[in-house]
Amino acid sequence: MRLIVNKIILLLSTISALIGLGFLFWILVTLTVKGIGAIDLHIFTHDLVDNGLRNLLIGQFVLAFIAVVIGVPIGMVAGIYLQEYSFGNKYAEFIRNLSDVMMSAPSIVIGTFVYAIMVNPIGHQNGWAGAVALGIMMIPIVVRTTDDMLGLVPKELREAGVAIGAPKYKVIFDIIIKAAKVGIMTGILLAFARIVGETAPLLFTSGNSQYFTLNLNEVFPSLTVAIYNLATMPDENLVRIAWAGAFILTVFVLIINLLGRYFIKNKG
Amino acid sequence: MKVMDIKKFSFTYAGASNPSLKNINLPVYEKKVTALIGPSGCGKSTLLRSLNRIHDLYPGNKYEGEILLKNFETKAMENILEFKKENELINLRQRVGMIFQKPTPFPMSIYDNIAYGLRLKGIKNKSELDGRVEDALKGGALWNEVKDRLNDDARGLSGGQQQRLCIARAIAVEPEVLLMDEPTSALDPISTLAIEELVTQLKQKVTIVIVTHNMQQASRISDFTAYMYLGELIEYGETTQIFLNPQKKHTADYIAGKFG
Repeated sequence: MRLIVNKIILLLSTISALIGLGFLFWILVTLTVKGIGAIDLHIFTHDLVDNGLRNLLIGQFVLAFIAVVIGVPIGMVAGIYLQEYSFGNKYAEFIRNLSDVMMSAPSIVIGTFVYAIMVNPIGHQNGWAGAVALGIMMIPIVVRTTDDMLGLVPKELREAGVAIGAPKYKVIFDIIIKAAKVGIMTGILLAFARIVGETAPLLFTSGNSQYFTLNLNEVFPSLTVAIYNLATMPDENLVRIAWAGAFILTVFVLIINLLGRYFIKNKG
Repeated sequence: MKVMDIKKFSFTYAGASNPSLKNINLPVYEKKVTALIGPSGCGKSTLLRSLNRIHDLYPGNKYEGEILLKNFETKAMENILEFKKENELINLRQRVGMIFQKPTPFPMSIYDNIAYGLRLKGIKNKSELDGRVEDALKGGALWNEVKDRLNDDARGLSGGQQQRLCIARAIAVEPEVLLMDEPTSALDPISTLAIEELVTQLKQKVTIVIVTHNMQQASRISDFTAYMYLGELIEYGETTQIFLNPQKKHTADYIAGKFG
């Protein structure tokens, strides 16, 4: 009887895994077929207004880069606080849980929130709002990674640092963070991969632009929002560009993820 | 000459209702090796870790009594339990160094491991640093093995080498007392022998307090031995006397291997 149950469960889980993988594979194949066909030199050298992706790619990177500049320091400092300074503080666990909850907050909610504080008062969408929304999405991931990775550093190393006569902050910055460097870097990389492909936080905040700009005070171009817009256009040529953009983004995210995994594997 | 003098010292861990160390009285003589022996949980590591106040890393622990440390400038004995400011504690830890059970190389080069404590002491001059690093590595009996690869990551050394690096790092800042918490228990016999020889050499310059599980080790390298049991100091005396002619039956039983 147990053997039969075992077999049934094995069969069911295999089938569901196959269904999941099948769809994933289908998506990837479609994306590759339609995407590769649409990629040519033209889309890298022209802006959306001339049926290219240049302004969108650069815009997406600018937004993600500023998000890193905002999200990583805040997240790391919070993570350091939680792991190194919050001894016996009853709020620490609360902050930790709150941060975890934030990690699973729907990204559209974060977008709406930033819309309320950074777009509505100004009166129009702007690049800064988009970058802040992405930054907010990054913070909890970086908090979690920093907290966890610092937690893996043996306490003897902290004690050794203190025992040589180093002040606590120097022990943390010179020794503990260095010891946890690979893990933290990997976490940041994966957090970056997570936000670089986000659409929802940008939809209301940075909006979209057909033109090349680096002025973050104005509506700002981004690949993901553009894909969302282009995909619903009746013009076949624009849909083709959307496929190309989606393919480039997927490949890029895939590369970052693989890099992250590579670092984790080669940690020791 | 006493370098440290522990008087009526008790220690209670945070949240514990009973003290882990009760009314310890123990002198530490200059340029001698004092061994702390006793079964697991007797409090020997706890006592050792009180001598540089490393317990202060964790909040809520309670010290009572006195731990006096000689100030080599004023010749006066200072109670280290009265130190409150971070500066005083940093200064204490530069005067009382520590070696741990597991080697603790910092995640940096061999050179920087040694130079780290020196830089903290304000030595910035490159040629002085170079000289002090070389002296320390020679003092740690490691120079010949690493002189050609000072810029390599210290974590690439073997366990025994790492432990000698930690000793070199500790003596680089010229402490008056060196605390060793079972420094050889994670090492192979050959590395253990190297560390023991090193301890014997080091005592010409520095006072050593060593916790060890290994009674042969205590009898080989120490001048004085303190036997502890359940948080109390049972017997203290010259090592030869403790091992050959213990005054208390409890000590004799432990040394004879009747328990432990």
